Amino acid sequence: MSGVECPVPLGPGEHILLAHGGGGRLTRDLIEKELLPALRNPALEPLADGAVLDVPPGRLAFTTDSFVVQPLFFPGGDIGTLAVNGTVNDLAMCGAEPLYLSLGLILEEGLAVADLRRVVASIAQAARVARVHVVTGDTKVVERGKGDGVFVHTSGVGVVRAKGPLGAKEVRPGDAVLVSGPIGQHGVAVMAVRDGLAFSSPIRSDCAPVADAVMALIDAGVTLRCLRDPTRGGVASALNEIAAQAAVEIELQEPALPVTDEVAGVCEVLGLDPLYVACEGRFLAFVAGEDAERAVEVLRGREDCRGAARIATVKRASAGLVTVRTGIGGVRVVDMLSGEQLPRIC
Amino acid sequence: MKYLEEYRDGAAAQDYLAAIRKLVTRPWTLMEVCGGQTHSIVRYGLDELLPSEITLIHGPGCPVCVTPIHLIDRALAIAQTPGVIFASFGDMLRVPGSSTDLLRARAAGADVRIVYSPLDAVAIAEANPGRQVVFFAVGFETTAPANAMAVLLASRKGLTNFSVLVAHVRVPPAIEAILSSPFCKVQGFLAAGHVCTVMGTDEYHALAARYRVPIVVTGFEPVDILHGVAKVVRQLEEGRHEVEIAYGRSVRPEGNRPAQQAVDEVFEIVHRTWRGLGEIPASGLGLRAAFAAFDAEQRYPEPGAPAAESPDCIAGLVLQGLKKPQECGVFGTRCTPEHPLGAPMVSSEGACAAYYLYRRRAAAAAPS
Repeated sequence: MSGVECPVPLGPGEHILLAHGGGGRLTRDLIEKELLPALRNPALEPLADGAVLDVPPGRLAFTTDSFVVQPLFFPGGDIGTLAVNGTVNDLAMCGAEPLYLSLGLILEEGLAVADLRRVVASIAQAARVARVHVVTGDTKVVERGKGDGVFVHTSGVGVVRAKGPLGAKEVRPGDAVLVSGPIGQHGVAVMAVRDGLAFSSPIRSDCAPVADAVMALIDAGVTLRCLRDPTRGGVASALNEIAAQAAVEIELQEPALPVTDEVAGVCEVLGLDPLYVACEGRFLAFVAGEDAERAVEVLRGREDCRGAARIATVKRASAGLVTVRTGIGGVRVVDMLSGEQLPRIC
Repeated sequence: MKYLEEYRDGAAAQDYLAAIRKLVTRPWTLMEVCGGQTHSIVRYGLDELLPSEITLIHGPGCPVCVTPIHLIDRALAIAQTPGVIFASFGDMLRVPGSSTDLLRARAAGADVRIVYSPLDAVAIAEANPGRQVVFFAVGFETTAPANAMAVLLASRKGLTNFSVLVAHVRVPPAIEAILSSPFCKVQGFLAAGHVCTVMGTDEYHALAARYRVPIVVTGFEPVDILHGVAKVVRQLEEGRHEVEIAYGRSVRPEGNRPAQQAVDEVFEIVHRTWRGLGEIPASGLGLRAAFAAFDAEQRYPEPGAPAAESPDCIAGLVLQGLKKPQECGVFGTRCTPEHPLGAPMVSSEGACAAYYLYRRRAAAAAPS
């Protein structure tokens, strides 16, 4: 009997071996003991090469995303919750109700099985909350030093519920821009637990699915033009992309931006601007100006969007510009982030 | 947020603006010394809200901008030395040396780490006894106490694998260099609030008297800056030239004595070359002989090739307030934050970057 095929069950103190990705018995053990019990559903159960799915009538939305966060676990979530919510939210930004996910796991040799179990439990829990099923998957193991614990790759399909076309090209002067809650919490929560910060922070990631909130806007008959989740690069980068694609000027009202005291405080200390910090459970909605007030009401009526606010207005055609009117009355340009935000010297 | 909101308050700002409008009877040119103040002024659009008689020009107080290119090259050479862990504040990483920058050096394999405090660099040295850790000690008098503490701590712990590459600069000699220039247009100064929090105001009285200029120690929030401007304008209109403090919640006339003692124990005053400005006598801090063991310049050989600035960069004129960033021929075209030709385009506190980030409205607003 070869050592590689030794059918020892995974114990609590165990670590991932290269052989767990070798396609042999250890791979099967990993899938059957660690993945299937947490993620079980009729489409996944046969463990076939692909899933065969029932889909409701309508158009499909399809998206894909990779997740490489460090640390793997942070206040308010982990790489598993991020992987599910990131893909679910990308579908929601297409005006789609998320249905199915694929799950690719790239594990680093030596990863504690307990950590893998925690990530998989988070994936299962996040999928339950978002009412999506993981229907197909793949697992690979890379040598120690060639991964970062776990990389996760998810693709997702959903069925489009939005009534009209959605996208930057639909944005026009007079539209209002809403954000579904306080900004910057995810980025700050992750930064605060990275090595090298000598303070502790109570800030939890905002990582959460936003599809239900989007469906609530659609059901309320709000005229939606464009939806975007302000992940990497934050609100500023998302608005700049849309302003450029739509060829409009967008003016933010700085006092209207929802930022918690805790996020504002950490950003002050580190010399960061919350406008550029990632959110993982918020979305920006461009809505017809006349629907803005009602849309804010719909969002604020939901537990997960109490902090929703109208933050900007599409002013006029332009080459693509985002400005902000400050509390003092001055106006400045809000540019795309160049490179990463670097903490200041003093 | 307490201690911030009240200094970003629109009504308080309007009160100061009204007071300044009432005071001013003729044109005045003021310089804000510190890059943090420049950033606030441009970020909040204060220069556009002030009466047209007031011109603000942006001073040399951005440590990233004035660190000379030969020291950046030195940092790069040390960072690329096998086995070295090079620790730096974040915004030094993008500053161009003559051939590359620390971010690119990191991508090419150098172990370059961002720290938030020099004491973190000491901790890295303790945790990695088999490797040399070099900290890039950059900054004005503001960061000098913490950097001095790092050296004292490393000395107390007997660390032999920790050293600092010192590029410290001092504000008063730079103000004197600007005032003694025959082209100087500056009639009053907003002095740097955090530098004076450490050093106090003693060094500024002789400057104010000799050059007959008001010097008002000023904070960094928009209301703080308008408070400082109001005080300078009042002095100018009344023909006074005194040192005043408009940042009382942070600055005392004597400064922070324990911090000064730490700086004095570790550092001595040296001549320093400023990027874009050249050598200014007595404008820097260097390690005292007693701490030579911690001097990275003595541990690592000087790189061979001489350092060269981009000939197109007018950083020196910008840092002296003689030109505005957008008057530069390569501003926003060949020189951008992604591809900076000079340091003022790098740091968020650099005047060129501030103008690039916040002030392209007129150009960008035109439909293409």
